[in-house]
Amino acid sequence: MLRVEGLQAGYGHSAVLFDVSLAVGAGEVVTLLGRNGMGKTTTVRAIMGLNPPRGGTVAFLGAPIAGLAPEAIARRGIGLVPEGRQVFPTLTVRENLVATAADRGGPRTDGTRPWALDRVYDLFPRLRERESQVARTLSGGEQQMLAIGRALMTNPRLLVLDEATEGLAPVIRHEIWTTLAALKRTGLSILLIDKTLSALRRLADRHYVLEKGRTVWSGDGAALERDAAQVRGWIGV
Amino acid sequence: MREHPARERAALLLLLAAAALLPFLATALGSPATVPLASRIVIYGIAAASLNLILGHGGLVSFGHAAFYGLGGYTVGILYAHLAPGDPFLGLIPGSNQLAVTLPAALLVGGLGAAAIGALSLRTSGVQFIMITLAFAQMLYFLFASLSAYGGDDGLSVRRPNLLGPLNLRDPATMYWVALGALALWLAFQRRLVRSRFGRVLEGIRQNEARVVASGIRPYPYKLAAFVIAGMGAALAGALMVNAMRFVSPDMLHWTKSGELMVMVILGGIGTLLGPVLGALALVVLETGLTALTENWQVVLGPILVVVVLFSQGGLAALFRRRPASDAPGAAGGRLPRLLSWRRRHG
Repeated sequence: MLRVEGLQAGYGHSAVLFDVSLAVGAGEVVTLLGRNGMGKTTTVRAIMGLNPPRGGTVAFLGAPIAGLAPEAIARRGIGLVPEGRQVFPTLTVRENLVATAADRGGPRTDGTRPWALDRVYDLFPRLRERESQVARTLSGGEQQMLAIGRALMTNPRLLVLDEATEGLAPVIRHEIWTTLAALKRTGLSILLIDKTLSALRRLADRHYVLEKGRTVWSGDGAALERDAAQVRGWIGV
Repeated sequence: MREHPARERAALLLLLAAAALLPFLATALGSPATVPLASRIVIYGIAAASLNLILGHGGLVSFGHAAFYGLGGYTVGILYAHLAPGDPFLGLIPGSNQLAVTLPAALLVGGLGAAAIGALSLRTSGVQFIMITLAFAQMLYFLFASLSAYGGDDGLSVRRPNLLGPLNLRDPATMYWVALGALALWLAFQRRLVRSRFGRVLEGIRQNEARVVASGIRPYPYKLAAFVIAGMGAALAGALMVNAMRFVSPDMLHWTKSGELMVMVILGGIGTLLGPVLGALALVVLETGLTALTENWQVVLGPILVVVVLFSQGGLAALFRRRPASDAPGAAGGRLPRLLSWRRRHG
């Protein structure tokens, strides 16, 4: 579904990514792990076209997308849940969800309807309760749910979450992981960017480790068990 | 306010009804000069409200809004100028003094002007956008100032009565009601627009453009559409103003006029429905009152503006609201004066 090879990117004169390669298959959940400053968010920005790649290839659904405008990339079916949630603070929950809604052809393998308000509210009942509340007044966890809901409302084929559980209470983290597991069962492909992998271990099919702008390790859950010590050394937990 | 749209609508209609009674009140109080003054306020209200659409809701700091105000005004003036001698404009378009003709024509010209200027200006942002809109408006100002066929610097008088069907706009009360009706329609339209999905996307672009882009929406068409709509609103105001004043001059396009409109929006309450109208009211009343006292009225106006901006978070509109100003779009509820903290939040 998504295939990134030899990706290079940076800001101004500073190069951040030197050689990042990763792939997400249809219906797969993949994690991209690494410490702060190793290039996780830059990778996301490069894939989304927010920071155009300077080298390497990015292909989505078999077609190259590097160099396309970010909105064109999003329209092909990549839904981004950005780091720091970034909900629209003065719009209500409902308006946040509806404003950018679209149908970008996400999976319907579980026979469900496309994502719409009701389905998002079923996934996050708390958002239904707070439907007409202004997003700024939501708690961090609720804002995160809203950010995920907003991305789902574009019916993406691939959902990209940048540090989706950063700074959240453990209870809320679990709620979000449970939700992601449910999303995986609908056939949605998910790319998770994170610093830790505790709970992601069961959820994800494969993992990549980023170190100083390069993918230095990749493998499935079994490989992760085997190389646990080495991976810990990179991601520092 | 958001929770009680029905109650808000009732309050607005009540306000409109009260405003419609003004000419009777003026006659009763023996102060007929109030009516043309009120017309000016109402018309400036339309222009300021249209600027508020892009400034308050779209975060687009256009310093050239007078361009569209002036284009609307000159459309009316030029169409009239071709009515009297009977030679069509460019040999094609016959002159007219019918509001039913000149007003749509002004909207069209304003919209086209905004489309052209917006299409180019919106490729920039921030300070560049401010400067390029200012530059375009000044280009139009100098163009009209040098058009001797239409009065050049001296402007153009509209001597014959302007007509709207059977209504004669020479009558101050009629003019006022027509302008008030236009304001009501414009505000109703803009209120709907801001609450529509289009309006929410526009608000999203102002708050976090990258996020809107990452959702697959190209901001440019949204910004351009808002810019064109705002330009048409300003042209509507300009056309009405020329009908009310029976005069059009390059002053309507001058950058100080853009500045005045911006002051009205900020003074009244950026991003609010009635704020720009309140701002127009305050500025026109202050100007009229202060010019009676001193020729250098702006010396007094300046400090008043500073005080209002410093002490009423959210402009005059915030003073009329029971709930804190932090509910207004763009307000974050800090103690910093809005004018100073505003760039960051809208950035």
